[in-house]
Amino acid sequence: MPKEKINLVEAINLALKEEMTQDKNVIVYGEDVGFEGGVFRVTEGLQKQFGEQRCFDSPLCESGIVGTAIGAAIYGLKPVVEIQFAGFLYSAYDQLISHAARIRTRSRGRFTCPLVVRTPYGGGIKALEHHSESMEAIYAHTPGLKVVIPSGPQEAYGLLRAAIQDPDPVIFLEPTRIYRAIKEEAPAKDLIIPLGKANIVQTGDQVTVIAWGAMLREVKKALALLAQEKDAPAVELIDLRTISPLDTETIVKSVEKTGHCVIVHEAPRSGGIAAEIIARINEKALLSLEAPVKRITGFDTVFPLYQNESLYLPSPEQIAAGIKAVINF
Amino acid sequence: MDLWQNYHPLQGKQLQILNHEGKIVAPKLDPKLKKEDLICLYQGMMLARLADEKALKLQRQGRMGTFAPVKGQEAAQVGSCYALTKEDWVLPSFRELAALIARGLPLSAYYLNNMGNEAGNKTPEDNNYLPVSIPVGTHLLHAVGIGLAAKLKGDKIVSLVFFGDGATSEGDFHEAMNLAGVWQTATIFLCQNNQYAISTPRSKQSRSETIAQKAIAYGFPGIQVDGNDPLAMYVAVKEAAKRARQGKGPTLIEAYTYRLGDHTTADDASIYRSAKELKQWEKKDPLLRMRKYLENKRIWDQKAEAKLIASLTKQIEQAVQDAESKRARPEDIFDYLYAELTPELAEQKAELLAWLKQNNA
Repeated sequence: MPKEKINLVEAINLALKEEMTQDKNVIVYGEDVGFEGGVFRVTEGLQKQFGEQRCFDSPLCESGIVGTAIGAAIYGLKPVVEIQFAGFLYSAYDQLISHAARIRTRSRGRFTCPLVVRTPYGGGIKALEHHSESMEAIYAHTPGLKVVIPSGPQEAYGLLRAAIQDPDPVIFLEPTRIYRAIKEEAPAKDLIIPLGKANIVQTGDQVTVIAWGAMLREVKKALALLAQEKDAPAVELIDLRTISPLDTETIVKSVEKTGHCVIVHEAPRSGGIAAEIIARINEKALLSLEAPVKRITGFDTVFPLYQNESLYLPSPEQIAAGIKAVINF
Repeated sequence: MDLWQNYHPLQGKQLQILNHEGKIVAPKLDPKLKKEDLICLYQGMMLARLADEKALKLQRQGRMGTFAPVKGQEAAQVGSCYALTKEDWVLPSFRELAALIARGLPLSAYYLNNMGNEAGNKTPEDNNYLPVSIPVGTHLLHAVGIGLAAKLKGDKIVSLVFFGDGATSEGDFHEAMNLAGVWQTATIFLCQNNQYAISTPRSKQSRSETIAQKAIAYGFPGIQVDGNDPLAMYVAVKEAAKRARQGKGPTLIEAYTYRLGDHTTADDASIYRSAKELKQWEKKDPLLRMRKYLENKRIWDQKAEAKLIASLTKQIEQAVQDAESKRARPEDIFDYLYAELTPELAEQKAELLAWLKQNNA
């Protein structure tokens, strides 16, 4: 009998259940997450299984959700809080940068903040304003935070479990676009994917392509397009998994081998994570490069409403063209 | 005793037990503390006063960085902390020297932090107070979070958070009060209304007649207390803590007080406050009132006062010496950001250390 296949929403739900089962200090709360199970149903069934003490609704207050989670984490719980959309996380950013990211340093290690902020992010779902941005760079630029983005159900399960077990605050960005779009075999119960390590999805020696989140699927589509062509390039595909701390070693090793690199993200280009990756390649593998590193990204604009959404997001065709351009430089 | 009904904030009453002449004006509410406790309260306030004055001198001499003097608010802080147990949590804002000393903060650690070394911010392991929190109003939520966690763990502790009148205008004040009300956490919101948020007077901060009355909208009791009366502060917090431990939820206490010094050492309050106003409040100095009370009770005199000042001065000098003998290490910049150093941070740390070695810095 074939194994049951699950989507990303179900994978996160399973990871939460597993962590809540194993560690009674794990609590889950946020807007509509208790009774309803969240607007995307990610927390469905948790309240029923673990009780209202451990999975509950909060009033509408993003700063309040994160701020109280900081207090609870300092006291010894492991709060996993949900912000309904990443576009509403900004009002809690003060709590993240001023306290969650600093309490360990401020107290010289006496107090720590092992909390996870989960939030759906990214474009491609024809959403309202504020529901499509990819602002991972803001959090990655904040010393003291970790930033994790899964690219599929198995990844989501293993990374979320690691994030919850991590002793420091983690921003866990869930690509809304692939919440239900990708189905994979249910993960092994004990799957834990360590933070800070990128994943080499496929090896190749001609060009390194780096992506994360929903863009990984777009890159795979691009590779499928290229595969139909004569002389399809041998691509090494890296799923970054953790945006901060960045796995420089895996990137540099790959670029040393391929001499070419393309970075794909849906976030705005300037000051984006691609820029940071390029800087590190320049510092450590400049002489291996045979062509300038290419960025295929969103624009430095407000994310457009859905009539123009597909123009903003990198497409498989653009990614395929970018890969070819780098190889043929 | 229903303190909350008798001193309901909409009735325009302020809780006072000890007036500024050192006389008990509400004998029924007198906590009747033991002689040793009364003296201990006074000593705590005096230590804060002298330590604060010393810090000001050090700052003027360039031996200490910018800090927020506590002068005038000693009763609001020492009185309230005296009503808590060791297991309870205290969350300071940035003007809580007196409260933190009362909670067990080593004075040398306070100086050390103000001398630019985070090591001073490390709470001793057996103490439950958080480090100084500077962004106004943001830490109220942490107190609610601690209350939430304690409730889930079944711990009967109370978390008390200090903030000022200015903080009540912040959004996080509202979120914290609302959440504490909804979740019924064992939180004591202790607002030290010292009449000014830097230069902005209380009247421009809120149209509410009292800060205490804001609690009513959130569904829990509020009370305005004479913040320069250590006994009234003690009683209000004691009662609020009792409510909290009984599972009856949060309380807002407005300590009506006055900052006798500048906002910080970088401020000049004479620009926005009249000398006359300052004089009026100096008459209500919490230390004066407590001393008069102790003298009236014949448990304190000139001789005891002189002896106390001499011994505290010695203690303070020792604390300054201890703090000045310590130096932050370059590694400290990196070593406390995460549980484990990330590869990037390890590289940056090595870079700095190599630079220092090379340049004999």
